[in-house]
Amino acid sequence: MGKNKIGIKKILIYLILSIGAVIVLFPFYWMILTSVKDYGQYNAEYIPKLFTAHPTLQNYVDAFTTVSLGRYCVNTFVFTAITTILMIVVTTPAAFAFSRMKFKGRNLVFGLYLSLMMIPNELVVITNYVTITNMGMRNTFSGLILPSVTSVFYIYLLKENFETVPENLYRAAKVDGTSDFKYLTRVLVPICRPTVVTIIILKIIECWNLYVWPRLITDDSKYFLVSNGIQEIRENGFGRENIPAMMAAVAAISVPLLLLFLYFRKMIMEGVIRGGTKG
Amino acid sequence: MKKRIKAADVRGWLFLLPSLLFLAAFFIYPMVDVLVYSFEEQFNFASQTYTGVGFYNFNYVLHDPYFVQALKNTFILVIITVPVSTCIAILIARCISSIKKLREFYQTIYFLPYVTNTLALGLVFMILFKKTAYSDGMINLLINAFGGQSVDFIDGPYWAKILVMSIYTIWVVLPFKILILTSAMASVNEDYYKAAKIDGTSSARIFFKITLPMISPMIFYLVITGFIGAFKAYSDEVALFGTDLNGAGMNTLVGYIYDMLYGDSGGYPSYASAAALILFTIIFTITCINLTVSSKKAVY
Amino acid sequence: MKIVLKNLTKVFEGRRKKDPDVTAVNNFNFEIPDGKLVALLGPSGCGKSTTLNLISGLEEPTSGQIFFDDEDVTNVPPENRGIGLVFQNYALYPHLTVLQNIIFPLQNLKGEERLSMDEMKRKAKDVAKLVQIEDLMDRRPKELSGGQQQRVAIARALIKNPRVLLLDEPLSNLDARLRLRTREEIRRIQRETGITTVFVTHDQEEAMSIADELILMENGVINQIGAPQSVYDEPANLFVAQFLGNPKINVLRGFVQNEKLIIRDEVFMEMKNTPDKDLFVAIRPEGFVIDENGTLTCNVRNIETTGRDTSIVATHDASLEETIRVIISSDEARGIEKGPIKFSYKENKMFLFELSGERILL
Repeated sequence: MGKNKIGIKKILIYLILSIGAVIVLFPFYWMILTSVKDYGQYNAEYIPKLFTAHPTLQNYVDAFTTVSLGRYCVNTFVFTAITTILMIVVTTPAAFAFSRMKFKGRNLVFGLYLSLMMIPNELVVITNYVTITNMGMRNTFSGLILPSVTSVFYIYLLKENFETVPENLYRAAKVDGTSDFKYLTRVLVPICRPTVVTIIILKIIECWNLYVWPRLITDDSKYFLVSNGIQEIRENGFGRENIPAMMAAVAAISVPLLLLFLYFRKMIMEGVIRGGTKG
Repeated sequence: MKKRIKAADVRGWLFLLPSLLFLAAFFIYPMVDVLVYSFEEQFNFASQTYTGVGFYNFNYVLHDPYFVQALKNTFILVIITVPVSTCIAILIARCISSIKKLREFYQTIYFLPYVTNTLALGLVFMILFKKTAYSDGMINLLINAFGGQSVDFIDGPYWAKILVMSIYTIWVVLPFKILILTSAMASVNEDYYKAAKIDGTSSARIFFKITLPMISPMIFYLVITGFIGAFKAYSDEVALFGTDLNGAGMNTLVGYIYDMLYGDSGGYPSYASAAALILFTIIFTITCINLTVSSKKAVY
Repeated sequence: MKIVLKNLTKVFEGRRKKDPDVTAVNNFNFEIPDGKLVALLGPSGCGKSTTLNLISGLEEPTSGQIFFDDEDVTNVPPENRGIGLVFQNYALYPHLTVLQNIIFPLQNLKGEERLSMDEMKRKAKDVAKLVQIEDLMDRRPKELSGGQQQRVAIARALIKNPRVLLLDEPLSNLDARLRLRTREEIRRIQRETGITTVFVTHDQEEAMSIADELILMENGVINQIGAPQSVYDEPANLFVAQFLGNPKINVLRGFVQNEKLIIRDEVFMEMKNTPDKDLFVAIRPEGFVIDENGTLTCNVRNIETTGRDTSIVATHDASLEETIRVIISSDEARGIEKGPIKFSYKENKMFLFELSGERILL
């Protein structure tokens, strides 16, 4: 009797989870499905079919030839790579300075950094737009990258992590004659690798999805990122009605990130938990 | 001795220098600047001139029908999506926590939307909800199947558009909340559950009297960040309704700011700054209210 | 090489303006002879680790000087002092193997001092042999036991042939059995290498057993310096007497009246030429003799036999502690029962102190 009740409960739980999973996954499925449907066939279906017997890759070809989707992907890749590298170069020394070095004014500056975490991006975007425009950096990679580099939150996250490394390790390194820079690169960063990788991944996701800033700062499609590309496709690509090609484009830019996620699944989820709960 | 202390100071600042430069240029200076802009009346971007200093920009923005519409949309979005998404997330997280088999599988699936380009998936949602000449769209067919009438969710009545917007927003914010809540539930000490089971506590009671209070700090955290996130909604709406959000009557506060800055009505940084400060004030106030409420109510 | 501290003082400023400054090291003057193992001993917070950090150069003194032989190293940064340092929690780099940990200091050398990888490995092998960890070279720290980690830390400290080896509570994280073995090991390594070694500990037994010389500290002040046995036998003040010895020395309140030292209501001993005053009488546990004509009457509460020795737990109204502990051989203890008992004392195990703690020499 009791066992039966537990069994029904279990079934109910799996039922809820499965229905939810279908809702979550359905848009993805729809995206892939539509992207391999033949254009004519798609338009002929008043009631869309949930599968297709004749998948075609023609839509992908269209997506990459009609719109310079390949170029947007390369742009986004370059933008993401440079921004992430710069972010690490800027963030780790700052986190190290806050966590281990003793110098005048450290606590004051750290307080300032912390208070900056409360400022929403929307507030500073206005001036940054004006600054970048005045510096003639619209439609350049520098204009895209520079304001996107720093994140106080990542400095904070790294600093917290650096501080969990016993201070005696630093002292030992000092006695051994290790320079601060070498200690940071050879000891601290390797020890804190999970956190460093976490912020790299979070930054990559952030960069790949960035929409507002590139939209403000670029109107030359040579410098569009994927988000702008999608927007362009939505507004006027493919004569607006070629939905399979549109879905092919959407799938093409979603897939790299999904693959990255599936590969680093554990690390990303742990990283988001860590980042989420610390903030 | 004195000399070495100074060297240490210099070294410390040297390590900070790169981040300081970036922050000063792209955070600190803009913050001050946005204040200045917001009080410079009728600032002209081309000639860099303004006619006076005062509250005119705020006045203008607050009486702009587009702004009022954006404010209304944003508030509706916040009021619908924050509670609904939090409740759904608690339900799903609870289900995930109570199973062993396929647990990672479900966790992974529910996390997928987090790593997708929200603009891209927004397009998919648009297609699913849109009514065109060729097809009523997947969702409308479902509604028809249950005997309902087709509605154009994208270009149709206001309530329908709000509905799509809310559904998509919830779909987008759920993964983060589910993940955080699942991990919070997993971190509750097993001994509490064991003790409660020995006392013969029902599982519903365990959930409401032990699990929920134990993870309440995390729930409050999610509510606060949820509020902030929903107030900053913008790109999801662009994906669903296009860049002319004012035309669609679906603009948000952030969208209004960007439109003022650049875009169809563009080129008014003063109005944009005033609107941004109003947004900041709203977010700040609501966060403060949330914090005071949570510090009074939270178990810890 | 000998180490000389001259008027060394370290003051830590209060964290905020209103917090008081803390003098961790107050005007230290002492000399550590070449090739000796010296223990800095004291309760936690007495400034012994600060002293070590000053010697290593990790902290800078507020005033005073430090000499290695005749060289003033006060302003020399730690890496140029030629020291090896071992920490309580070993401070091994968790992401590096044992070998990589050991040669890490060598890899910091630049220019002409730089060795080839083969030379580094050869040197690492030598020190590894000395501390007996040759077969662990490819493991990572977390795969090692506490004792093994400590050996790696010592090997890393020794690889640059330091002039001075500094050990900061090196045994505290080990369990009792390992602590004993590692203690002997450190003593052996120090003898074999002949490096001047400073050993910081709060454990008096450890310090007594390992050191050539003790430096006993309290609240940033040196209480006494000397060979372990002589410090034990002739404590300079009440703090030293209480700090050394296990079980602790027994302290009783007494007073001098008409040239007689009285404890409670018994005349304990004669004290010629002494003015009337209050004082402390301290007797080591092994300093008691059961004696019907004894001058100290206690009340036996409990008798604990450990085989060779018997420890008597007794009470006395004048005792500072709740109980008095007496250790005598089990033969002598035969027939003792609970209740009153009379003791006399061994003269070299009994000390008198002023209420200020200063020793009264007879």
